[in-house]
Amino acid sequence: MAVTDTPTASVQRVAAADDTAPMVTIRGVSKAYGSNEVLRDIDLTVNKSEVVCLIGPSGSGKSTLLRCINFLEVYDRGEIRIEGQLVGYSETTPRRRLSNAELRGLRRNVGMVFQQFNLWPHMTALENVAEALVQVRGLDKIAAAERARLMLARVGLADKADSYPSRLSGGQQQRVAIARVIAMEPHLMLFDEPTSALDPELVGEVLQVMRDLAAEGMTMVVVTHEMGFAANVADRVAFLDRGRIAAFGPPRQVFHESPEPRLTQFLQTYHERNSF
Amino acid sequence: MKFSVIVDALPHLLGAAVTTIWISLLGVLLGQVIGVLVCVARQSGNRGLDMAGGVYVSFFRGVPLLIQLLLIYYMLPLIGIDVPPLVAAISALSLASGAYVSEIYRGSLNAVPHGQSEAALALGFSSATIWTRILLPQAFRFSVPALVNELILLLKASSLISVVGVAELTRTSQTISASNFRPLEIYLAAGVIYLAINSALALFGTLVERRLQQG
Repeated sequence: MAVTDTPTASVQRVAAADDTAPMVTIRGVSKAYGSNEVLRDIDLTVNKSEVVCLIGPSGSGKSTLLRCINFLEVYDRGEIRIEGQLVGYSETTPRRRLSNAELRGLRRNVGMVFQQFNLWPHMTALENVAEALVQVRGLDKIAAAERARLMLARVGLADKADSYPSRLSGGQQQRVAIARVIAMEPHLMLFDEPTSALDPELVGEVLQVMRDLAAEGMTMVVVTHEMGFAANVADRVAFLDRGRIAAFGPPRQVFHESPEPRLTQFLQTYHERNSF
Repeated sequence: MKFSVIVDALPHLLGAAVTTIWISLLGVLLGQVIGVLVCVARQSGNRGLDMAGGVYVSFFRGVPLLIQLLLIYYMLPLIGIDVPPLVAAISALSLASGAYVSEIYRGSLNAVPHGQSEAALALGFSSATIWTRILLPQAFRFSVPALVNELILLLKASSLISVVGVAELTRTSQTISASNFRPLEIYLAAGVIYLAINSALALFGTLVERRLQQG
Protein backbone atom coordinates (compact mmCIF):
# COMPACT_ATOMS: atom_id res chain seq x y z
CA MET A 1 0.00 0.00 0.00
CA ALA A 2 2.80 2.39 0.81
CA VAL A 3 4.44 2.32 -2.60
CA THR A 4 4.29 5.73 -4.21
CA ASP A 5 5.12 6.81 -7.69
CA THR A 6 8.89 6.90 -7.74
CA PRO A 7 11.05 7.75 -10.73
CA THR A 8 12.37 4.16 -10.73
CA ALA A 9 8.87 2.80 -11.05
CA SER A 10 8.16 4.86 -14.14
CA VAL A 11 11.52 3.98 -15.64
CA GLN A 12 10.71 0.30 -15.13
CA ARG A 13 7.33 0.80 -16.71
CA VAL A 14 8.73 2.41 -19.81
CA ALA A 15 11.42 -0.24 -20.06
CA ALA A 16 8.87 -3.04 -19.81
CA ALA A 17 6.77 -1.43 -22.48
CA ASP A 18 9.55 -1.15 -25.03
CA ASP A 19 10.04 -4.80 -25.79
CA THR A 20 6.41 -5.79 -26.20
CA ALA A 21 3.46 -5.08 -28.47
CA PRO A 22 1.11 -2.25 -27.47
CA MET A 23 -1.77 -2.99 -25.10
CA VAL A 24 -4.23 -0.76 -26.94
CA THR A 25 -4.07 0.61 -30.45
CA ILE A 26 -6.75 3.02 -31.56
CA ARG A 27 -6.69 3.95 -35.23
CA GLY A 28 -8.97 6.38 -37.04
CA VAL A 29 -11.82 5.93 -34.58
CA SER A 30 -14.88 8.09 -35.18
CA LYS A 31 -18.31 8.14 -33.68
CA ALA A 32 -21.34 10.30 -34.33
CA TYR A 33 -24.76 10.68 -32.80
CA GLY A 34 -26.67 11.76 -35.87
CA SER A 35 -24.84 14.82 -37.17
CA ASN A 36 -23.05 15.36 -33.86
CA GLU A 37 -19.53 13.97 -34.18
CA VAL A 38 -18.37 13.04 -30.69
CA LEU A 39 -15.13 11.34 -31.80
CA ARG A 40 -13.22 12.38 -34.91
CA ASP A 41 -10.44 10.28 -36.31
CA ILE A 42 -8.80 9.36 -33.01
CA ASP A 43 -5.36 7.72 -33.03
CA LEU A 44 -3.87 6.57 -29.74
CA THR A 45 -1.51 3.86 -28.61
CA VAL A 46 -1.21 2.65 -25.04
CA ASN A 47 1.81 0.51 -24.27
CA LYS A 48 1.91 -2.20 -21.65
CA SER A 49 2.35 -0.90 -18.10
CA GLU A 50 1.74 2.61 -19.30
CA VAL A 51 -0.61 5.11 -17.65
CA VAL A 52 -2.40 7.37 -20.13
CA CYS A 53 -4.65 10.13 -18.86
CA LEU A 54 -7.40 11.60 -21.00
CA ILE A 55 -8.19 15.18 -20.07
CA GLY A 56 -10.39 17.82 -21.60
CA PRO A 57 -13.53 19.87 -21.11
CA SER A 58 -16.84 18.09 -20.59
CA GLY A 59 -18.35 17.02 -23.86
CA SER A 60 -14.92 16.68 -25.46
CA GLY A 61 -15.44 12.94 -25.99
CA LYS A 62 -12.95 11.60 -23.45
CA SER A 63 -15.44 9.38 -21.61
CA THR A 64 -16.94 8.21 -24.89
CA LEU A 65 -13.49 7.24 -26.15
CA LEU A 66 -12.77 5.34 -22.93
CA ARG A 67 -16.08 3.48 -23.15
CA CYS A 68 -15.35 2.51 -26.76
CA ILE A 69 -12.25 0.64 -25.59
CA ASN A 70 -14.36 -2.08 -23.92
CA PHE A 71 -17.23 -1.49 -26.32
CA LEU A 72 -19.72 -0.24 -23.76
CA GLU A 73 -20.01 2.46 -26.40
CA VAL A 74 -20.12 1.53 -30.09
CA TYR A 75 -17.69 3.28 -32.42
CA ASP A 76 -18.63 3.70 -36.07
CA ARG A 77 -15.38 3.93 -38.01
CA GLY A 78 -11.77 2.99 -37.44
CA GLU A 79 -10.55 0.22 -35.20
CA ILE A 80 -9.59 -0.42 -31.61
CA ARG A 81 -7.39 -3.39 -30.75
CA ILE A 82 -6.54 -4.74 -27.34
CA GLU A 83 -3.49 -7.01 -27.39
CA GLY A 84 -4.06 -7.34 -31.13
CA GLN A 85 -7.68 -8.38 -30.81
CA LEU A 86 -10.23 -6.22 -32.62
CA VAL A 87 -12.74 -4.73 -30.18
CA GLY A 88 -16.45 -5.05 -30.90
CA TYR A 89 -16.33 -6.30 -34.49
CA SER A 90 -15.51 -9.46 -36.40
CA GLU A 91 -12.30 -9.54 -38.45
CA THR A 92 -14.31 -10.26 -41.60
CA THR A 93 -15.07 -7.77 -44.37
CA PRO A 94 -17.60 -6.28 -44.10
CA ARG A 95 -17.20 -6.39 -40.38
CA ARG A 96 -20.04 -7.56 -38.18
CA ARG A 97 -20.78 -6.11 -34.77
CA LEU A 98 -20.16 -8.65 -32.01
CA SER A 99 -22.85 -9.58 -29.52
CA ASN A 100 -22.42 -9.12 -25.79
CA ALA A 101 -21.85 -12.87 -25.51
CA GLU A 102 -18.96 -12.65 -28.00
CA LEU A 103 -17.47 -9.69 -26.14
CA ARG A 104 -17.27 -11.52 -22.81
CA GLY A 105 -13.85 -13.01 -23.51
CA LEU A 106 -12.36 -9.59 -24.13
CA ARG A 107 -14.15 -7.80 -21.31
CA ARG A 108 -13.04 -10.21 -18.61
CA ASN A 109 -9.49 -9.00 -19.22
CA VAL A 110 -10.37 -5.30 -19.26
CA GLY A 111 -11.42 -3.82 -15.94
CA MET A 112 -13.48 -0.68 -15.67
CA VAL A 113 -13.94 1.72 -12.77
CA PHE A 114 -16.92 4.07 -13.02
CA GLN A 115 -17.58 7.57 -11.78
CA GLN A 116 -20.62 6.37 -9.81
CA PHE A 117 -18.80 3.24 -8.48
CA ASN A 118 -21.71 1.02 -9.58
CA LEU A 119 -21.33 -1.35 -6.67
CA TRP A 120 -24.24 -3.74 -6.32
CA PRO A 121 -26.19 -2.53 -3.29
CA HIS A 122 -27.69 -5.92 -2.45
CA MET A 123 -24.27 -7.46 -1.88
CA THR A 124 -21.65 -6.84 0.80
CA ALA A 125 -18.24 -5.46 -0.16
CA LEU A 126 -16.88 -9.01 -0.12
CA GLU A 127 -19.73 -10.33 -2.26
CA ASN A 128 -19.27 -7.48 -4.72
CA VAL A 129 -15.66 -8.51 -5.23
CA ALA A 130 -16.31 -12.26 -5.20
CA GLU A 131 -19.28 -12.24 -7.58
CA ALA A 132 -17.38 -11.96 -10.87
CA LEU A 133 -14.81 -14.49 -9.66
CA VAL A 134 -17.64 -17.03 -9.31
CA GLN A 135 -19.77 -16.02 -12.29
CA VAL A 136 -17.05 -15.20 -14.80
CA ARG A 137 -13.84 -16.86 -13.62
CA GLY A 138 -15.65 -19.97 -12.37
CA LEU A 139 -14.02 -20.08 -8.93
CA ASP A 140 -15.89 -21.93 -6.21
CA LYS A 141 -17.44 -19.75 -3.52
CA ILE A 142 -14.81 -20.40 -0.86
CA ALA A 143 -11.86 -19.67 -3.13
CA ALA A 144 -13.60 -16.57 -4.46
CA ALA A 145 -14.30 -15.25 -0.96
CA GLU A 146 -10.70 -15.87 0.04
CA ARG A 147 -9.40 -14.00 -2.98
CA ALA A 148 -11.93 -11.21 -2.48
CA ARG A 149 -10.68 -10.76 1.09
CA LEU A 150 -7.12 -10.40 -0.19
CA MET A 151 -8.20 -7.81 -2.73
CA LEU A 152 -10.09 -5.79 -0.12
CA ALA A 153 -6.95 -5.86 2.01
CA ARG A 154 -4.99 -4.52 -0.95
CA VAL A 155 -7.19 -1.44 -1.13
CA GLY A 156 -7.08 -1.09 2.67
CA LEU A 157 -10.62 -2.28 3.37
CA ALA A 158 -10.14 -5.70 4.96
CA ASP A 159 -12.30 -4.63 7.89
CA LYS A 160 -15.20 -3.60 5.65
CA ALA A 161 -15.70 -7.00 4.00
CA ASP A 162 -19.15 -7.51 5.50
CA SER A 163 -20.40 -3.96 5.04
CA TYR A 164 -23.01 -3.14 2.44
CA PRO A 165 -22.12 -0.31 0.03
CA SER A 166 -24.69 2.00 1.64
CA ARG A 167 -22.62 1.85 4.85
CA LEU A 168 -19.41 2.93 3.10
CA SER A 169 -18.13 6.39 2.21
CA GLY A 170 -17.75 7.29 -1.45
CA GLY A 171 -14.01 6.79 -1.27
CA GLN A 172 -14.43 3.37 0.32
CA GLN A 173 -17.02 2.40 -2.28
CA GLN A 174 -14.70 3.36 -5.08
CA ARG A 175 -11.89 1.34 -3.51
CA VAL A 176 -14.21 -1.69 -3.32
CA ALA A 177 -15.02 -1.10 -7.00
CA ILE A 178 -11.30 -1.11 -7.76
CA ALA A 179 -10.84 -4.31 -5.72
CA ARG A 180 -13.68 -5.87 -7.69
CA VAL A 181 -11.78 -5.15 -10.90
CA ILE A 182 -8.25 -6.10 -9.84
CA ALA A 183 -9.53 -9.41 -8.44
CA MET A 184 -10.12 -10.39 -12.07
CA GLU A 185 -6.43 -9.77 -12.88
CA PRO A 186 -7.19 -7.49 -15.82
CA HIS A 187 -4.52 -6.77 -18.42
CA LEU A 188 -5.85 -3.27 -18.75
CA MET A 189 -7.85 -0.96 -16.49
CA LEU A 190 -10.12 1.84 -17.62
CA PHE A 191 -11.04 4.60 -15.17
CA ASP A 192 -13.97 6.87 -16.03
CA GLU A 193 -13.61 9.95 -13.81
CA PRO A 194 -13.07 7.77 -10.74
CA THR A 195 -12.91 10.66 -8.28
CA SER A 196 -15.43 13.09 -9.78
CA ALA A 197 -18.31 11.93 -7.57
CA LEU A 198 -16.24 12.10 -4.38
CA ASP A 199 -16.10 14.73 -1.69
CA PRO A 200 -12.74 16.50 -1.97
CA GLU A 201 -11.36 14.98 1.24
CA LEU A 202 -11.98 11.44 -0.10
CA VAL A 203 -10.24 11.90 -3.44
CA GLY A 204 -6.77 11.24 -2.03
CA GLU A 205 -7.40 7.70 -0.83
CA VAL A 206 -8.67 6.62 -4.24
CA LEU A 207 -5.81 8.30 -6.10
CA GLN A 208 -3.38 6.58 -3.75
CA VAL A 209 -4.76 3.15 -4.69
CA MET A 210 -4.46 4.11 -8.35
CA ARG A 211 -0.88 5.26 -7.83
CA ASP A 212 -0.06 1.92 -6.23
CA LEU A 213 -1.54 0.09 -9.20
CA ALA A 214 0.46 2.21 -11.61
CA ALA A 215 3.63 1.52 -9.64
CA GLU A 216 2.92 -2.21 -9.84
CA GLY A 217 2.88 -1.95 -13.61
CA MET A 218 -0.85 -1.97 -14.36
CA THR A 219 -1.74 -0.58 -17.77
CA MET A 220 -4.25 2.19 -17.16
CA VAL A 221 -6.31 4.60 -19.22
CA VAL A 222 -7.73 7.26 -16.95
CA VAL A 223 -10.30 9.93 -17.75
CA THR A 224 -9.76 12.49 -15.03
CA HIS A 225 -10.09 16.06 -13.92
CA GLU A 226 -7.30 15.54 -11.37
CA MET A 227 -4.53 17.44 -13.11
CA GLY A 228 -2.11 16.69 -10.29
CA PHE A 229 -2.59 12.97 -10.83
CA ALA A 230 -2.19 13.35 -14.58
CA ALA A 231 0.96 15.41 -14.14
CA ASN A 232 2.60 13.11 -11.59
CA VAL A 233 1.46 9.60 -12.48
CA ALA A 234 0.69 9.55 -16.20
CA ASP A 235 3.34 8.50 -18.67
CA ARG A 236 1.45 10.35 -21.34
CA VAL A 237 -1.49 12.71 -21.41
CA ALA A 238 -4.02 13.21 -24.19
CA PHE A 239 -6.00 16.44 -24.30
CA LEU A 240 -9.30 16.01 -26.09
CA ASP A 241 -11.25 18.86 -27.51
CA ARG A 242 -14.46 18.58 -29.54
CA GLY A 243 -13.86 14.92 -30.33
CA ARG A 244 -10.21 15.27 -31.39
CA ILE A 245 -6.93 14.66 -29.63
CA ALA A 246 -5.61 18.20 -29.66
CA ALA A 247 -2.43 17.55 -27.70
CA PHE A 248 -0.62 14.38 -26.74
CA GLY A 249 2.65 13.57 -25.05
CA PRO A 250 4.42 13.28 -21.70
CA PRO A 251 2.71 15.37 -19.00
CA ARG A 252 5.47 17.97 -18.81
CA GLN A 253 5.20 18.62 -22.53
CA VAL A 254 1.39 18.74 -22.60
CA PHE A 255 1.03 20.87 -19.51
CA HIS A 256 3.86 23.32 -20.12
CA GLU A 257 4.98 23.30 -23.73
CA SER A 258 1.88 22.79 -25.82
CA PRO A 259 1.05 25.63 -28.21
CA GLU A 260 -2.60 24.52 -28.40
CA PRO A 261 -4.70 27.56 -27.33
CA ARG A 262 -7.71 25.46 -26.29
CA LEU A 263 -5.48 23.54 -23.90
CA THR A 264 -4.03 26.71 -22.42
CA GLN A 265 -7.55 28.00 -21.93
CA PHE A 266 -8.66 24.69 -20.37
CA LEU A 267 -5.72 24.62 -17.94
CA GLN A 268 -6.31 28.26 -17.08
CA THR A 269 -9.76 27.42 -15.65
CA TYR A 270 -8.09 24.84 -13.40
CA HIS A 271 -5.52 27.29 -12.13
CA GLU A 272 -8.24 29.81 -11.38
CA ARG A 273 -10.42 27.29 -9.62
CA ASN A 274 -7.59 26.00 -7.46
CA SER A 275 -6.21 29.37 -6.43
CA PHE A 276 -8.17 31.03 -3.73
CA MET B 1 -76.79 -9.69 17.25
CA LYS B 2 -76.12 -13.09 18.72
CA PHE B 3 -72.47 -13.70 19.27
CA SER B 4 -73.01 -17.33 20.06
CA VAL B 5 -73.79 -17.76 16.34
CA ILE B 6 -70.29 -16.58 15.54
CA VAL B 7 -68.75 -18.85 18.13
CA ASP B 8 -70.58 -21.83 16.68
CA ALA B 9 -69.55 -20.97 13.12
CA LEU B 10 -66.00 -20.01 13.96
CA PRO B 11 -64.32 -23.40 13.38
CA HIS B 12 -65.87 -23.59 9.90
CA LEU B 13 -64.96 -20.00 9.12
CA LEU B 14 -61.36 -20.42 10.24
CA GLY B 15 -61.03 -23.61 8.21
CA ALA B 16 -62.33 -21.71 5.19
CA ALA B 17 -59.95 -18.85 5.93
CA VAL B 18 -57.07 -21.31 5.67
CA THR B 19 -58.35 -22.26 2.20
CA THR B 20 -58.50 -18.59 1.26
CA ILE B 21 -54.93 -18.08 2.44
CA TRP B 22 -53.37 -20.98 0.60
CA ILE B 23 -55.28 -20.33 -2.61
CA SER B 24 -54.15 -16.70 -2.52
CA LEU B 25 -50.57 -17.62 -1.71
CA LEU B 26 -50.50 -20.19 -4.50
CA GLY B 27 -52.03 -17.63 -6.84
CA VAL B 28 -49.45 -15.01 -5.95
CA LEU B 29 -46.55 -17.47 -6.16
CA LEU B 30 -47.56 -18.69 -9.62
CA GLY B 31 -48.28 -15.07 -10.45
CA GLN B 32 -44.66 -14.25 -9.51
CA VAL B 33 -43.36 -16.84 -11.93
CA ILE B 34 -45.67 -15.66 -14.70
CA GLY B 35 -44.94 -12.02 -13.87
CA VAL B 36 -41.16 -12.47 -14.05
CA LEU B 37 -41.39 -14.38 -17.33
CA VAL B 38 -43.71 -11.81 -18.90
CA CYS B 39 -41.54 -8.97 -17.65
CA VAL B 40 -38.34 -10.52 -19.03
CA ALA B 41 -40.14 -11.24 -22.32
CA ARG B 42 -41.20 -7.63 -22.59
CA GLN B 43 -37.70 -6.33 -21.82
CA SER B 44 -35.90 -8.87 -24.00
CA GLY B 45 -35.85 -6.63 -27.06
CA ASN B 46 -37.67 -9.30 -29.10
CA ARG B 47 -40.65 -7.56 -30.69
CA GLY B 48 -42.85 -10.67 -30.87
CA LEU B 49 -42.32 -11.50 -27.21
CA ASP B 50 -42.86 -7.88 -26.23
CA MET B 51 -46.15 -7.76 -28.10
CA ALA B 52 -47.41 -11.07 -26.73
CA GLY B 53 -46.58 -9.85 -23.21
CA GLY B 54 -48.32 -6.54 -23.88
CA VAL B 55 -51.52 -8.26 -25.04
CA TYR B 56 -51.45 -10.55 -22.03
CA VAL B 57 -51.07 -7.67 -19.59
CA SER B 58 -53.78 -5.59 -21.27
CA PHE B 59 -56.26 -8.45 -21.18
CA PHE B 60 -55.77 -9.49 -17.58
CA ARG B 61 -55.66 -5.95 -16.30
CA GLY B 62 -58.55 -4.79 -18.43
CA VAL B 63 -61.08 -7.55 -17.87
CA PRO B 64 -62.67 -7.95 -14.42
CA LEU B 65 -61.38 -10.91 -12.47
CA LEU B 66 -64.89 -12.30 -12.11
CA ILE B 67 -65.30 -12.42 -15.88
CA GLN B 68 -61.86 -14.01 -16.31
CA LEU B 69 -62.79 -16.63 -13.78
CA LEU B 70 -66.09 -17.43 -15.45
CA LEU B 71 -64.44 -17.50 -18.87
CA ILE B 72 -61.85 -19.99 -17.68
CA TYR B 73 -64.49 -22.03 -15.87
CA TYR B 74 -67.00 -22.21 -18.74
CA MET B 75 -64.81 -21.90 -21.80
CA LEU B 76 -62.11 -24.48 -21.21
CA PRO B 77 -64.56 -27.42 -21.03
CA LEU B 78 -65.78 -26.39 -24.51
CA ILE B 79 -62.36 -27.15 -25.94
CA GLY B 80 -62.26 -30.46 -24.08
CA ILE B 81 -60.37 -29.34 -20.97
CA ASP B 82 -62.41 -30.20 -17.92
CA VAL B 83 -61.31 -27.96 -15.06
CA PRO B 84 -62.26 -28.55 -11.44
CA PRO B 85 -63.44 -25.30 -9.78
CA LEU B 86 -60.31 -25.11 -7.64
CA VAL B 87 -57.99 -25.29 -10.65
CA ALA B 88 -60.02 -22.69 -12.52
CA ALA B 89 -59.92 -20.44 -9.48
CA ILE B 90 -56.16 -20.74 -8.95
CA SER B 91 -55.49 -20.30 -12.69
CA ALA B 92 -57.55 -17.14 -12.84
CA LEU B 93 -55.89 -15.67 -9.76
CA SER B 94 -52.37 -16.54 -10.98
CA LEU B 95 -52.93 -15.21 -14.48
CA ALA B 96 -54.41 -11.97 -13.19
CA SER B 97 -51.75 -11.47 -10.56
CA GLY B 98 -49.06 -12.33 -13.15
CA ALA B 99 -50.20 -9.41 -15.25
CA TYR B 100 -50.00 -6.98 -12.33
CA VAL B 101 -46.74 -8.42 -11.02
CA SER B 102 -45.08 -8.12 -14.43
CA GLU B 103 -45.93 -4.42 -14.44
CA ILE B 104 -44.62 -4.02 -10.89
CA TYR B 105 -41.34 -5.64 -11.95
CA ARG B 106 -41.16 -3.56 -15.10
CA GLY B 107 -41.38 -0.40 -13.04
CA SER B 108 -38.84 -1.69 -10.55
CA LEU B 109 -36.40 -2.74 -13.27
CA ASN B 110 -36.53 0.76 -14.67
CA ALA B 111 -35.61 2.00 -11.21
CA VAL B 112 -32.35 -0.01 -11.24
CA PRO B 113 -29.65 2.39 -12.47
CA HIS B 114 -28.14 1.54 -15.84
CA GLY B 115 -24.65 1.45 -14.29
CA GLN B 116 -25.60 -1.67 -12.34
CA SER B 117 -25.76 -3.91 -15.38
CA GLU B 118 -22.98 -1.97 -17.08
CA ALA B 119 -20.57 -2.83 -14.27
CA ALA B 120 -21.44 -6.50 -14.69
CA LEU B 121 -21.18 -6.29 -18.46
CA ALA B 122 -17.73 -4.73 -18.18
CA LEU B 123 -16.62 -7.60 -15.94
CA GLY B 124 -17.68 -10.15 -18.55
CA PHE B 125 -20.98 -11.38 -17.08
CA SER B 126 -23.40 -13.19 -19.38
CA SER B 127 -26.82 -11.63 -19.97
CA ALA B 128 -28.53 -14.43 -18.06
CA THR B 129 -26.28 -13.87 -15.04
CA ILE B 130 -26.90 -10.13 -15.15
CA TRP B 131 -30.63 -10.84 -14.97
CA THR B 132 -30.52 -13.41 -12.20
CA ARG B 133 -27.78 -11.91 -10.02
CA ILE B 134 -27.95 -8.15 -10.55
CA LEU B 135 -31.24 -6.94 -12.03
CA LEU B 136 -33.96 -9.20 -10.65
CA PRO B 137 -32.74 -9.25 -7.02
CA GLN B 138 -32.71 -5.45 -7.00
CA ALA B 139 -36.00 -5.16 -8.85
CA PHE B 140 -37.45 -7.54 -6.29
CA ARG B 141 -36.33 -5.27 -3.46
CA PHE B 142 -37.90 -2.24 -5.05
CA SER B 143 -41.04 -4.32 -5.58
CA VAL B 144 -41.63 -5.54 -2.04
CA PRO B 145 -44.13 -2.83 -1.03
CA ALA B 146 -46.05 -3.20 -4.28
CA LEU B 147 -45.94 -6.99 -4.07
CA VAL B 148 -47.35 -7.03 -0.53
CA ASN B 149 -50.04 -4.68 -1.73
CA GLU B 150 -50.72 -7.06 -4.61
CA LEU B 151 -50.98 -10.02 -2.21
CA ILE B 152 -53.52 -8.12 -0.09
CA LEU B 153 -55.56 -7.19 -3.17
CA LEU B 154 -55.44 -10.77 -4.37
CA LEU B 155 -56.54 -12.13 -1.02
CA LYS B 156 -59.57 -9.87 -1.12
CA ALA B 157 -60.22 -10.67 -4.77
CA SER B 158 -60.16 -14.37 -3.91
CA SER B 159 -63.65 -13.89 -2.45
CA LEU B 160 -64.80 -13.84 -6.08
CA ILE B 161 -63.93 -17.48 -6.57
CA SER B 162 -66.90 -18.30 -4.33
CA VAL B 163 -69.02 -18.08 -7.51
CA VAL B 164 -67.53 -21.27 -8.92
CA GLY B 165 -68.21 -23.10 -5.66
CA VAL B 166 -64.79 -23.21 -4.01
CA ALA B 167 -65.40 -23.37 -0.26
CA GLU B 168 -63.19 -20.47 0.74
CA LEU B 169 -64.09 -17.89 3.37
CA THR B 170 -66.76 -15.98 1.44
CA ARG B 171 -68.45 -19.08 0.04
CA THR B 172 -68.47 -20.74 3.46
CA SER B 173 -70.00 -17.62 5.01
CA GLN B 174 -72.76 -17.72 2.42
CA THR B 175 -73.43 -21.38 3.09
CA ILE B 176 -73.55 -20.95 6.87
CA SER B 177 -75.77 -17.85 6.80
CA ALA B 178 -78.13 -19.60 4.38
CA SER B 179 -78.67 -22.35 6.93
CA ASN B 180 -78.75 -20.36 10.19
CA PHE B 181 -80.31 -17.16 8.79
CA ARG B 182 -77.83 -14.93 10.67
CA PRO B 183 -76.01 -13.27 7.71
CA LEU B 184 -75.02 -10.16 9.64
CA GLU B 185 -73.08 -11.98 12.34
CA ILE B 186 -71.47 -14.39 9.91
CA TYR B 187 -70.38 -11.75 7.35
CA LEU B 188 -69.16 -9.55 10.17
CA ALA B 189 -67.01 -12.40 11.43
CA ALA B 190 -65.75 -13.08 7.89
CA GLY B 191 -64.89 -9.40 7.49
CA VAL B 192 -62.91 -9.41 10.73
CA ILE B 193 -61.02 -12.51 9.63
CA TYR B 194 -60.11 -10.91 6.26
CA LEU B 195 -58.98 -7.80 8.10
CA ALA B 196 -56.86 -9.83 10.52
CA ILE B 197 -55.15 -11.74 7.73
CA ASN B 198 -54.43 -8.62 5.71
CA SER B 199 -53.16 -6.70 8.73
CA ALA B 200 -50.76 -9.58 9.40
CA LEU B 201 -49.64 -9.45 5.75
CA ALA B 202 -49.07 -5.71 5.91
CA LEU B 203 -47.02 -6.13 9.08
CA PHE B 204 -45.03 -8.93 7.46
CA GLY B 205 -44.40 -6.65 4.48
CA THR B 206 -43.09 -3.89 6.71
CA LEU B 207 -40.74 -6.32 8.44
CA VAL B 208 -39.39 -7.66 5.12
CA GLU B 209 -38.87 -4.12 3.84
CA ARG B 210 -37.00 -3.13 6.97
CA ARG B 211 -34.88 -6.26 6.71
CA LEU B 212 -34.04 -5.57 3.05
CA GLN B 213 -33.15 -1.97 3.73
CA GLN B 214 -30.22 -3.11 5.82
CA GLY B 215 -28.66 -4.59 2.70
